[in-house]
Amino acid sequence: MAVMTYREALNMALREEMRRDPKVFVIGEEVGLYEGAYKVTQGLLKEFGAQRVVDTPIAESGFTGVGIGAAMAGLRPVVEMMTFNFALLALDQIVNSAAKMYYMSGGQFNVPIVIRGPGGPAAQLAAQHSQSMETYFYHVPGLKVVRPTTPMDAKGLLKSSIRDDNPVIFIESETLYNVKGEVPEDPDFTIPLGQAIVRREGTDVTVIAYMGMMYRAMEAAEELEKEGISVELVDPRTLRPMDTETIISSVRKTHRVVVVEAGAGFAGMGSEIAASVTEQAFDDLDAPVERVTGANAPMPYARNLELLKTPSKAKITAAIQKVCYA
Amino acid sequence: MPKLSEAMETGKVIQWLKREGDAVKGGDLILEVETDKANVEIEAFGSGVLRKIVVPEGGQVPVGTVVGIIADPAEDISGVAIEPPPAPAAAPAPASGPAAPAPAAVPAMETYRSAPATAAVVPMTPEPARVAAAAAPAPAPPRAPAPAGDAAPAGGRIRVSPLARKIAAQAGVDLRLVHGSGPGGRIIRRDVEAAQAAPAAGVAATAAAPALGIARPEAEYEDVPLTAMRAAIAKRMPLSKAPVPHFYVTSEVAMDAAWRLRGELNALEGGVKISVTDMIIRACAVALGRHPSINASFQGATMRLHHRAHIGLAVALDAGLITPVLRDCDVKPLSRIAAEARDLAERARAGKLRVPELSGATFSISNLGMFDVEEFSAIINPPEGAILAVGSVLEKPVVVDGQLAVGRRMKLTISCDHRVTDGAAGARFLQDVKRLLEEPLRLLV
Repeated sequence: MAVMTYREALNMALREEMRRDPKVFVIGEEVGLYEGAYKVTQGLLKEFGAQRVVDTPIAESGFTGVGIGAAMAGLRPVVEMMTFNFALLALDQIVNSAAKMYYMSGGQFNVPIVIRGPGGPAAQLAAQHSQSMETYFYHVPGLKVVRPTTPMDAKGLLKSSIRDDNPVIFIESETLYNVKGEVPEDPDFTIPLGQAIVRREGTDVTVIAYMGMMYRAMEAAEELEKEGISVELVDPRTLRPMDTETIISSVRKTHRVVVVEAGAGFAGMGSEIAASVTEQAFDDLDAPVERVTGANAPMPYARNLELLKTPSKAKITAAIQKVCYA
Repeated sequence: MPKLSEAMETGKVIQWLKREGDAVKGGDLILEVETDKANVEIEAFGSGVLRKIVVPEGGQVPVGTVVGIIADPAEDISGVAIEPPPAPAAAPAPASGPAAPAPAAVPAMETYRSAPATAAVVPMTPEPARVAAAAAPAPAPPRAPAPAGDAAPAGGRIRVSPLARKIAAQAGVDLRLVHGSGPGGRIIRRDVEAAQAAPAAGVAATAAAPALGIARPEAEYEDVPLTAMRAAIAKRMPLSKAPVPHFYVTSEVAMDAAWRLRGELNALEGGVKISVTDMIIRACAVALGRHPSINASFQGATMRLHHRAHIGLAVALDAGLITPVLRDCDVKPLSRIAAEARDLAERARAGKLRVPELSGATFSISNLGMFDVEEFSAIINPPEGAILAVGSVLEKPVVVDGQLAVGRRMKLTISCDHRVTDGAAGARFLQDVKRLLEEPLRLLV
């Protein structure tokens, strides 16, 4: 185990996988000479050369298409979106080509591509650059969607994503790149996709959250412990496929559920989890599933409004107290 | 069918005051409706001719249903989307043989009758469109009309969390006997567990042989259907008592001076008769102005401090109670309060209150003095923040200047919502009311 930042953990995963498999290459804007807008690809150009670390023009649809073609031809591209909001320009490539190729070619072509980059609300990036982009992708059959919360998850899940034979949407966060944590240095360490983790054990309420919201929920949980409310925190890590089994078994223990998500709540991850819980654990519920979500509005630029739009620790705390009838 | 109170879900047409073909002007009384709380006369919202009575007398329909159509005489009203009127509520037919025919079930398709038709129907001159009482949005999809005589219109369903239901079923706990502590009285796990833990209800008394020769009904008990008013009270009171943290403060008031003053005022020729209640209303109105936290409503994130004293007066009826509102007591002299309070109480007993008179109180007074009650505590009527419970004025031995004497005393108990105010504030308010009543000339200035 070594203590390192989330950014370094991602870099380590890329480096190990590129060493392990010569078919793996990195492509995107500023990934080579500039070493990544957020320095995730630091040192890769030097070690692996311009054949495997490819700087592109500002043309998301184009280089994503190149990546999909390369994947169909047997390579394992890792496409970097400078921010995931830019993936909107490549939506047709991702949704219509990457996600559906295996199905529409009758299994002749699979697309082992990873599309990665930061997404979600950060610090005053305003309406166009603060979106929780996972919602656009987990709706599409054929895509896997990963949101790693900790440095260890960042490494273990990115490695699994690169080794996966299907297209994987891997969304990081600007706000987490500097978060430090323990990361196994073992080059064979991976975390399987589709496996949630219980980050904190509790008995009174299950709170489901990921990325920055998990850290906020953790703070709320620590404080509520003093009030005698024992919070269990579940991090799905992979949003699709979703590990509902872990969620449901936690609900059967606590009987109450709060789902936290940074994006707007309408048809969000919280809705999906609430539906699953109702379908599979209705008779175990002692309160309706409570959602804490971002407000249904574009992200404001002003800091105070930005904080108001995103779920705060206070809102999470209030939701937990509400379902616990506290 | 207009929504005449917060809790109103259905209304029954008691009587049409106009006939089909009668001309009506906006403001004319056109029909009388029985709600869960009172009989209310409904005014026409617009002018024209009462072209069609859709819901006949005796018909009970959900709020929002078209009960009649007022339109220009020449206007084509054939396009007005009218929900099929539910069968009139068959009166709790005394000896009318077999049950009244079940109202024909409304075919599911009917539910989806296009709503916009209603809105577009009656472009009236010169004011905007109006169908009688149909400013209401698209009529609610007609629920199967409640069968006549079906008791407990809304309170019948027990609210219980799925987990609590499961545990109760496993433990054999009768949910009807469990008090729900969750929102809206929802029974949750802890309530069922508490019910389980509670000692079994007292062992049935040994069937004592009747000692006195008193005739008793054969049956051990009977279940009487709830009247609409009883159901409304039953539904509303737990909404107050459970979520509103009540506290109570009691004080005794020397009423000798007030009693004398009342006698003098009532001896004046041509004056309005003043009651003790009127004096208490006036005293409260004055005191409320000085104690904003008593005249306040809890609003979740904020507290609403009222700048008017609208005082609800609990009036006992045979079937329950009703609380008409005496508005602006802070700016009305005692004589006017007396006149208006009497009028409200009389019309409350006659079931003739108008809609606006039933809501909007900022504070309430409940007086059981006429029942020889020394003191009692009342339940707050949300969203009000407090209610004053008034006992009888009793003659009792009191100590005056070290000597035993006979004095008139009355006990006041205020129930306050602890979310907006505190014990000391309640006590100070009560102290002020007490001083006003003990120096009652203050009520006249």
